[in-house]
Amino acid sequence: MIPLSYYLLLSGILFACGVLGFLIKRNIITIFMSIELMLNGVNLSFVAFAAQWHALSGQVFVFFVMVVAAAETAVGLAIIIAVYRTRETLNVDRVNLLKL
Amino acid sequence: MTPPTLNPLLWTVPIIPLLPLGGAAINGFFGRRSSKKAITTVALAFCGLAFFAALLIAASFSSAAAPYSFPVAHWIRAGNFQVDFSFYLDQLSLVMLLVVTGVGFLIHIYSVGYMWDDDGYYRFMSYMNLFMFFMLTLVLAKNYLVMFIGWEGVGLASYLLIGFWFTKDSAASAGKKAFIVNRIGDFGFLIALFLMIKHFGSLDFTRVFTAVRPLSPETAGAGLLTAIGLLLMVGAAGKSAQIPLYVWLPDAMEGPTPVSALIHAATMVTAGVYMVARSSMIFERAPMAMMVVAIIGTLTALFAATIGIAQTDIKKVLAYSTVSQLGYMFMACGVGAFSAGIFHLMTHAFFKGLLFLAAGSVIHGIGGEQDMRKMGGLRVYMPWTFLTMSIATFTIAGFPPLAAFFSKDEILWKAYSSPYGSWVYWLLGVITAFITSFYMFRLWFLTFFGDYRGGNANDAAHQPAIAHAAHDHSDHGHGHGEPHESPWVMLGPLVILAILSVGGGWVGIGGHFEHFLAPVFQSGATVEMAREATGEAAGKGTETLLMLISVGAAFLGLYLAYLLYQKRRDLPAKIAQSLGGLYQAVANKYYIDELYAVLFVKPVVDGSTTILWHDVDQGVIDAAVNDSADAARHISDNVRHMQSGNLRSYAGWVAAGGAVVIAYMVWMGVTH
Repeated sequence: MIPLSYYLLLSGILFACGVLGFLIKRNIITIFMSIELMLNGVNLSFVAFAAQWHALSGQVFVFFVMVVAAAETAVGLAIIIAVYRTRETLNVDRVNLLKL
Repeated sequence: MTPPTLNPLLWTVPIIPLLPLGGAAINGFFGRRSSKKAITTVALAFCGLAFFAALLIAASFSSAAAPYSFPVAHWIRAGNFQVDFSFYLDQLSLVMLLVVTGVGFLIHIYSVGYMWDDDGYYRFMSYMNLFMFFMLTLVLAKNYLVMFIGWEGVGLASYLLIGFWFTKDSAASAGKKAFIVNRIGDFGFLIALFLMIKHFGSLDFTRVFTAVRPLSPETAGAGLLTAIGLLLMVGAAGKSAQIPLYVWLPDAMEGPTPVSALIHAATMVTAGVYMVARSSMIFERAPMAMMVVAIIGTLTALFAATIGIAQTDIKKVLAYSTVSQLGYMFMACGVGAFSAGIFHLMTHAFFKGLLFLAAGSVIHGIGGEQDMRKMGGLRVYMPWTFLTMSIATFTIAGFPPLAAFFSKDEILWKAYSSPYGSWVYWLLGVITAFITSFYMFRLWFLTFFGDYRGGNANDAAHQPAIAHAAHDHSDHGHGHGEPHESPWVMLGPLVILAILSVGGGWVGIGGHFEHFLAPVFQSGATVEMAREATGEAAGKGTETLLMLISVGAAFLGLYLAYLLYQKRRDLPAKIAQSLGGLYQAVANKYYIDELYAVLFVKPVVDGSTTILWHDVDQGVIDAAVNDSADAARHISDNVRHMQSGNLRSYAGWVAAGGAVVIAYMVWMGVTH
């Protein structure tokens, strides 16, 4: 059996990739995907713990996270389309009308 | 508390004060859009109903069953301390109730004629009704706190009505003056209430008096009762315009004349006398306080009367006369003759109300002129006003068998004969009676005899003095070429009050009035009885002698006034000339207002300007507010750059924040 620490390490790497992409990428869709990556990194640690301790609640959490993520995706993509229609770009550095 | 056989009619007592309140509310809220007829109907109906109810109550009042009490609602309940809204009816309240509603109703009727052409007619009627509400609350209260509500309320109504013509600067400041001077008195009253709460644990009349009853002047309670008595007297001196707080009353004449009659002569200013009489149980056990009351009353009576001699404004003369008569009432209370004080209060309400209303009729008839030097000969033009005013003048001067003869004589006799009294009070009282008679007949001769000295309408318009005083008449539709008699809506109340001024004193014959009030002033009556039992035989002869002297003083005043203002009109100016400085001092009211201005007003104004305004308000409070606002602005100015609008910088902040939280949790995990 694969030890828990491997899962957690993978989960941490996935999450770190997500954070990194979130911070350095300029394309909104890429940022969006980075967020999904972070969520799934966390999901992975949930299921790993659930398997380790034989606790079903961890798996239930994951389902919740996936459902919420799906909903969030729908909203997020709609926003991205709206942004593209008005700004004709997906570069976040140019979506800065709120700055002082 | 109330006997089971209570007459159902007496249950109307709690409703009586509410009736004028209803009238005030209706006229106050809807009066602006109502017709004057509707306003009149509402104001008179509610006030008249109150009077009618008071009459019914008087008819079914039984001395044996008194006092009645009427709990209305719970109010303050804090541990053992309770104050409720409740009303109280005993002989004293009943007298006050009848005087207030009766005279009040007559003056309401009179006001209809006097104020009809004023733009603020609805406002006036509403305030008058409001005043009635508070005054009735005051006299019907069962405890000192409800009384205090009425006390403050009449002060408010007085303020509103003195400053009724608030566009006139002098009226606005007279209103303020009345209010502020009364605050000083109310301060004393309040502290007396606090002392009662602290030592008797109650403000209820019956409870306080039960607690006070066993105390005698010799026991340890004396200091406390003296303090309470003196503080109550401070309150009474403010409301009833006694030395040293009388200064507001003459200025209060800026209000419309019916207001002067109702509030500043007949009812409100007597509230102090009522309060002292109501607290007779306390005062009788504090001889020191009694003495102070008597001395203040006597001095005020004499002092105000001397000022009255030199006044030229007809209403100012009456104002000082009111102060002086109130002094008599306090003199009576101070020598323990509370029922005599209340008796004089009642007759004074009749004849002083009448004097003011008649003076108002004169002022009305000659186009707003108040200066007696511009009157004269008016008996030809306004016979009814002349007739009623004459009755009032003879009454106040103390001619038998008019009302004030009985009440004033009662006071003077008590001042002489009471165990608390002294011949000094009596002597000063008689001198005051002489001066009163003199200045009242001076007013009478100047106003109604000789030739009319005022100009006609065309002249009047060009005289600044008249234009100033004519404020209340500038809107009148009719011209003022000739002095004219007032309409019957104004003369009616004059005639009724004249009848009362003649006959109002007869209830005192044979001591009926005193016996009626005796249950209220029980302990005083016993002292009185003991005294009378010993000196009955000797007393009768002295009483007659003293009575003759005071009547003689009245005649002397009449003769002197006749001499100076009818026969030898050149004399007054010469006398004034020869007296020089003294005359100036009297004519300028002994410079008391100026003295107060230097002693009290100026330090307060200067201190407020430099210390409170410039140093405290601007230097501390404003500075604190402004500086903290400046600091907030500067900090925000720096912090706002965080909000760059750049999405990735936000993301960076979120990540950094998350990192800090994780670092903190890891650190906590390590250390614990």
